[in-house]
Amino acid sequence: MISLLLQADCWLILPIILPLSGALVSFLRKSRPRWPGLIFSLLASLAGGSLAWKVMLHGAGRYDLGGWQPPLGISLRADGPAVLMVLMTAVTGLAISIYAGGYFRSRIAGREGDRRHVIQERFFWPLWLLLWGALNGLFLSGDIFNMYITLELVALSSVGLTALSGKPASQVAAMRYLLVSLLGSLSFLLGVGFLYKVYGTLELAAIQAVISLSPPVGVAMTMISVGLMLKTALFPFHFWLPPAHANALAPVSAILSALVIKGGWYLFFRFWQGLIPLIGDSGGLVVAALGGGAIIWGAFQAFSQQRLKMLVAYSTVAQIGYLFVVFPLLAGGGGQGAAAPYYFAISHSCAKGAMFLAAGTIFLQMGHDRIRDLDGVRQLLPKTAFAFALGGLSLIGLPPTGGFIAKYMYLSLAVGQGRWPLLLLLVMGSGLTAAYIFRAVAHILSPKMVSGSRQAIVAPGMEWSALALALVAIILGFIASLPLAVLQVTG
Amino acid sequence: MRQNWLLIMILLSSLLPGLVIFSLAESRRGMRTCLNLFGAIAKMVLVLVMIVGITRGQRFEFHLAMLPGLDLVLRADPLSALFVTLSSILWLLTTIYAIAYLENSPNRSHFFGYFSLCVTVTIGIALAGNLLTFLFFFEMLTLCTYPLVVHRGTAEAMAAGRVYLIYTLGGGGLLFLGVVWLNSLVGSVDFSRGQQLAPFVRSHGLTLKIIFYLLLAGVGVKAALFPLHSWLPQAMVAPAPVSALLHAVAVVKAGAFGIIRIVLDVYGLETAAHLDLLFPLMVLATVTIIYGSIHALRQDNLKHRLAFSTVSQVSYIALGISIGSPLAIMGGMVHLVHQGLMKITLFFCAGNVAETLGVHEISRMNGVGRRLPLTMAAFTLAAMGMIGLPPMAGFVSKWYLGLGALARGEGWLIGVLVVSSLLNAFYFLPIIYAAWFKEEEGEWPVDSGKAGPLECHWMLIAPPVITAVVSLLVGLLANSNLSPLAWVRFIVRTGYGL
Repeated sequence: MISLLLQADCWLILPIILPLSGALVSFLRKSRPRWPGLIFSLLASLAGGSLAWKVMLHGAGRYDLGGWQPPLGISLRADGPAVLMVLMTAVTGLAISIYAGGYFRSRIAGREGDRRHVIQERFFWPLWLLLWGALNGLFLSGDIFNMYITLELVALSSVGLTALSGKPASQVAAMRYLLVSLLGSLSFLLGVGFLYKVYGTLELAAIQAVISLSPPVGVAMTMISVGLMLKTALFPFHFWLPPAHANALAPVSAILSALVIKGGWYLFFRFWQGLIPLIGDSGGLVVAALGGGAIIWGAFQAFSQQRLKMLVAYSTVAQIGYLFVVFPLLAGGGGQGAAAPYYFAISHSCAKGAMFLAAGTIFLQMGHDRIRDLDGVRQLLPKTAFAFALGGLSLIGLPPTGGFIAKYMYLSLAVGQGRWPLLLLLVMGSGLTAAYIFRAVAHILSPKMVSGSRQAIVAPGMEWSALALALVAIILGFIASLPLAVLQVTG
Repeated sequence: MRQNWLLIMILLSSLLPGLVIFSLAESRRGMRTCLNLFGAIAKMVLVLVMIVGITRGQRFEFHLAMLPGLDLVLRADPLSALFVTLSSILWLLTTIYAIAYLENSPNRSHFFGYFSLCVTVTIGIALAGNLLTFLFFFEMLTLCTYPLVVHRGTAEAMAAGRVYLIYTLGGGGLLFLGVVWLNSLVGSVDFSRGQQLAPFVRSHGLTLKIIFYLLLAGVGVKAALFPLHSWLPQAMVAPAPVSALLHAVAVVKAGAFGIIRIVLDVYGLETAAHLDLLFPLMVLATVTIIYGSIHALRQDNLKHRLAFSTVSQVSYIALGISIGSPLAIMGGMVHLVHQGLMKITLFFCAGNVAETLGVHEISRMNGVGRRLPLTMAAFTLAAMGMIGLPPMAGFVSKWYLGLGALARGEGWLIGVLVVSSLLNAFYFLPIIYAAWFKEEEGEWPVDSGKAGPLECHWMLIAPPVITAVVSLLVGLLANSNLSPLAWVRFIVRTGYGL
């Protein structure tokens, strides 16, 4: 055991093993799953953080499960992008876990504290930790079949989490989510099968090294791409996302928006990164056009929503677009090109996580989330209101936030390569984002007083965790060189 | 290392009190006041240390890596010292004023919190050492001032806030675009008098022109250059200390300061002249000066008249820079300080009249001088300065602008200055006349009563009296070694070698 611990590369499996064990323990401790859930969340975060630390100091790592070499065995590899995503999950995940602890405590102790909330919490922790482990596995896996497995695990646990709230609306949304997700996975699996048939290996790096365009490979890559687009909810495949994200329990909304969609995008990006010359400019433009559609359509939808959680959910639809519009810029940008969407992804994760957590707190305190009746929330929930506003600033791309850095990188790429239509799109997107964010923030931070005082039912952990996550989004505006250094580590 | 941290401490001296104030309960008035005053005084001491250092030739710089090849740079040069000093002194006075002005009104913790953030960011703008840092703080200024504009929370305030955001964020977007474009063309743009851009004038002349107009539109919104000024009169729904801060120190001044930086430090006079950028700026400034004055004439609401007067007066700064001769630049730069002192006095006084007597319209100000003698005395001094009567501060600015224009052979600008001064007289003198020489018409709408021997709370009177006296002194003693004019001469000599 000791020698196993000392063996350098076992660090790689800890971010996967620890959450999975946590899922098991919290599932077995039916009556009080909260403490094991929180403890294992902390351990999982530490594992993610130390992996990133180690990779930054000693370079990328790889680990073959059970000692089997590829192409037979499962191999994990921790290079810069993978580790950055694990780190993002560690930070966001820890905040969400702390929030969830307070959330369930408040709900169970609240006026309507019935069995329903106890049951929800009992299933929340195992599902969430399972999702966490699967997500880390997805980021770290080096072969495409393993990617399929983890993708499926992520999807199933997400669907379970979505259905937890038990409202009819969320049941319908969860069912739709399940069907879309299965369709996406199936498409992905078929693509994987084609690739294995053609190249006889499951290792992504090996395939990318030799890939060339032929009809079966074209079909395979199309199926993989469409499957992942479905899962990432890229416009026009986004229809399932807003009801699923908006009707879920507060911590679940944050998990889905901040983390889960990044999983699908990450695989898409890893598949295509390096293959851009293969499809030429036009292929990248198709993806970018979909991304552009997402940015515009999602923003307009977000602007016209009456409910806060729906607004935040549609904002996710729009922000996903930014992760994809970058494709035409990858070819000419050198290393800078790939860094931009990753930086966007991690800032979005913190910002959107904070916003969904804050929106959930507001919902719980006010009993509704109708935007125009939210005047004066600031007096009741100052920290939450600020968390929401700061997260919003990062989404718009205003300083001093991580979103500003990401927007700067995007604009700089677009200007540098003379992509004027894309530049226009980015600027317009920021304007629209500002419009819908300030529409909500003007009410939430409004100086109007609330008539009558309400009883405080919100646990302090809920307010602090959202604010902490928003502050991470701010800190990302100052320490960009650190995540970028992690990203540069190659395998 | 001590020098590097000085700049950070100057920022922290208002940032930290601000953050603490946010978390204070509404009722902890004493604590809040202490924090505010402690921060303001600490900042003034630190600024003094910095100024002494600058005159001794010390360099103050702070670098933080933001992105590969792009740093966040704070640097104290003589020009930033000018703006930093102005901001920190006026912050102290405005804070004193605001404490009395907002007595018993709700949401004071938030008000003073944002107030401190606002000053922090303004100082950041002043100390910015490159274009990216300038942008960074410039956009943050929008965010810190918006809550102050909508502070009253009425439907009118919210509407004004919306207009304010649309204008400033729109301008911010253009500025962002310009900065990214320029950075991607020449690398990280330092404030280096145009040395970085000069090699690109031949090859990328048109691009540089387009970028200049993007940048100018970006800062022009905040500087209320015509036709980007419409947000400013609407933003007058904010409480008086906010208007004072917005007009004299923070927003409008940040815009004007941005124009100075872009023309003198990013493009440099030579490059700007070579690209024919100065003449359009001159025309724009002239139009704004006349347009603002004419509109000021037509306002009956006192704060609206002052707002349009700001539109007009701030463009003197742009005018001085666009003329480009050393004397004109001095006139423009020194107006940054002079206009700040005079305008903040006027807003303090307007706030006193509104707060103590409930009078908002000029047509109802008959006889105000008898009820509020000190306030109206300060108002009169500042208004005469605005008109440009010697020996007030405003006269010094206009004198140097005129001399500078002549030196450059732009004699027609003298005409503009004269017309503008006449218009200033037309819209200020009736107020002064009504206040002192007309009879009161019955009761005041409200009268919050005298506070002892004084006409109202001493904290409402001291700030305008001090700023009025100072604006008289800086004019009278313009030739002494400690006047803003002397410092501006130092800037133009050492900083720009003119």
